[in-house]
Amino acid sequence: MRLLLAIALTHIAGRGRQTIVSILGVALGVGFSIAMAALMVGSQRDFTETLIDAVPHVRITDETRTTPRQPASEAFAAVAYSGLRPVPDPRGILNPTRVLAGLRSWVDGSMVATLQVEAVVRFAGIDMGVALMGVEPLDELRVSTIAGDMTTGRFEDLIGAGFAVIIGERLAERLGAGINDLLTITVAGGNARQFKVTGLFRTGSVQQDERVVYTTLKRAQVLANRPEAINEIRIRLADIDSAPLVAARAEAMLGIKSVSWQESSEDLLNAFEIRNVIMFTVVGAILLVAGFGIFNIVSIITHEKARDIAILKSIGFPPADIRGIFLFEGLVMGGSGALLGCLLGFGLTEVLGSIAFEFRRNTELTHLPVVYEAAHYVMASALAMLAAGIAGYLPARSAARLNPVDIIRGAT
Amino acid sequence: MSPAAPLVEARGVTRVLAGAVPVTLVADIDLAIGRGELTAITGPSGSGKSSLLYLLGLLDLPTTGEVLIDGRETSAMAENERAEFRLATLGFVFQFHFLLPEFSACDNIMIPMRRLGRLDAAARRERAESILASLGLAEHGHKRPDQLSGGQRQRVAVARALANDPPLILADEPTGSLDSQSSEQVFDILKTLVERDGRTVVAVTHDLDLADRMHRRIHLVDGRITEDRPAGGRASPGPTISPAGRRGAGPPADAADQRLP
Repeated sequence: MRLLLAIALTHIAGRGRQTIVSILGVALGVGFSIAMAALMVGSQRDFTETLIDAVPHVRITDETRTTPRQPASEAFAAVAYSGLRPVPDPRGILNPTRVLAGLRSWVDGSMVATLQVEAVVRFAGIDMGVALMGVEPLDELRVSTIAGDMTTGRFEDLIGAGFAVIIGERLAERLGAGINDLLTITVAGGNARQFKVTGLFRTGSVQQDERVVYTTLKRAQVLANRPEAINEIRIRLADIDSAPLVAARAEAMLGIKSVSWQESSEDLLNAFEIRNVIMFTVVGAILLVAGFGIFNIVSIITHEKARDIAILKSIGFPPADIRGIFLFEGLVMGGSGALLGCLLGFGLTEVLGSIAFEFRRNTELTHLPVVYEAAHYVMASALAMLAAGIAGYLPARSAARLNPVDIIRGAT
Repeated sequence: MSPAAPLVEARGVTRVLAGAVPVTLVADIDLAIGRGELTAITGPSGSGKSSLLYLLGLLDLPTTGEVLIDGRETSAMAENERAEFRLATLGFVFQFHFLLPEFSACDNIMIPMRRLGRLDAAARRERAESILASLGLAEHGHKRPDQLSGGQRQRVAVARALANDPPLILADEPTGSLDSQSSEQVFDILKTLVERDGRTVVAVTHDLDLADRMHRRIHLVDGRITEDRPAGGRASPGPTISPAGRRGAGPPADAADQRLP
């Protein structure tokens, strides 16, 4: 075995420059693959983190996934009914105290009970439709990132402030309202009340900054005339990957719709899947091209060394040995290329990770999100070795088939 | 196996190259070569003398017929088995040295030994050096083939053929590309291998002078043996390896010393 390796190495050494080019080809392929994977996965992770920071990990709402079965369908095996009066469904999560206590007993994370109602905000003759979110301020702070988005005042200011609201900066702009102004908020089927603006926030999402108004759960219930009612529970989990399980269990327990962040961002996650497929295709193509370089040089060597092959065979080396020699050559090139590529990939990732951007004024510098994952290095190297192995094996096979007599005859 | 049994035997060996027009290289060769014989195969160009040698050396397989070496039928062997058999039993010398250019003379000689794997590294080197010394190349072991003269290279090639101590040496125009002095040296070595070490040598040559100095001469025309007779070589001992060539080698490496256990 060592003899075969020694022979293979002399062949490679005899073709120094082309060997270096082939090795560099593999190294570039592996290096760029790693850097690309680092960037792709990094940006994906960064995006996901931003996303799942902004949305609750599990959202339990007072909806059901299917239309509730009517009592008539229990009694009759009919296909369709007409003239039925459906059972009125009191909206909302029934018995919120028990539900919350039940959830808290097994969910590892924090949760906030919310009463979300459609409302109209009026200020200085301007009406704006908004979503009024009645929350327990301290719970909300544990679940959402609103604290970091506050531009004026603190979220906790809601506590004990009576009829107070916190609104988005964009909404404030649209209304022409500012801090300490009194807004009139009306809820359909409820009352109208004056609320004082005690704080402003800016999340960066127009939807939220223009549409969401926070108040305390109690005031929202009073306003909506629905004491003790809640219609949404948002949960922030310690382990985000457990969200589907938690959602499923909550749904089974409560019989109402529970949606994990994975489910609500399914489209986005699918888009990431496609992005990954594209990435691996490109990586594969790069390595395939690198493989051709190896194929080329090993083929050249087998032609150049036909005489050596003949002599080794005449001495008594079996075909497997000849194959081994040229396979080694491919693998040695692939291996050195992979090793070099890993270093290159690491270096490239470092460089990419150090590039800074300033997207918005007055915000901290943003770096390109990159990750360092051993799996990328292993995978790129393994792919390179596979390509090199195949690239070495094909010429090796034909070399092993050479008939020494033909070559010796040709030489004499 | 009685000692009188031939080392190499061809029975009705015919080799036809398939193709649009099949070419018969050798036909109906019946031949037995005994141990300790120095045999020349002669013939005009294209008479099939090299083809016969390749068949006897198991590099090529007969289309019909059977080649027996040491009484073993070789056509039934698997390719790997045949390769292994060649490694231990046969030594080839070609017109061109066919040494691996990147390896030193010593390393070239050790390649067959390493493949056979019967000796450890130290023993291999010792043996390679002793063979080189016995061929008058003691100081040249570390040189690469391109640093050696044509005659020296050919002697290294002979040394490589001897690496695994094979009983049979097959030589294809071993002196074909050498000047007369180097030819003489190589011929003397071959002769010594037979007469002192008791090996069997079959050499293809177009040099009739040389052929006549061997023990036996087989003449081929158009792939058939037309003449098979004793040559003059056995009668007169002929020149042995020149003292100059032997100097520095210490006592002539005895055949018994060189035999592997």
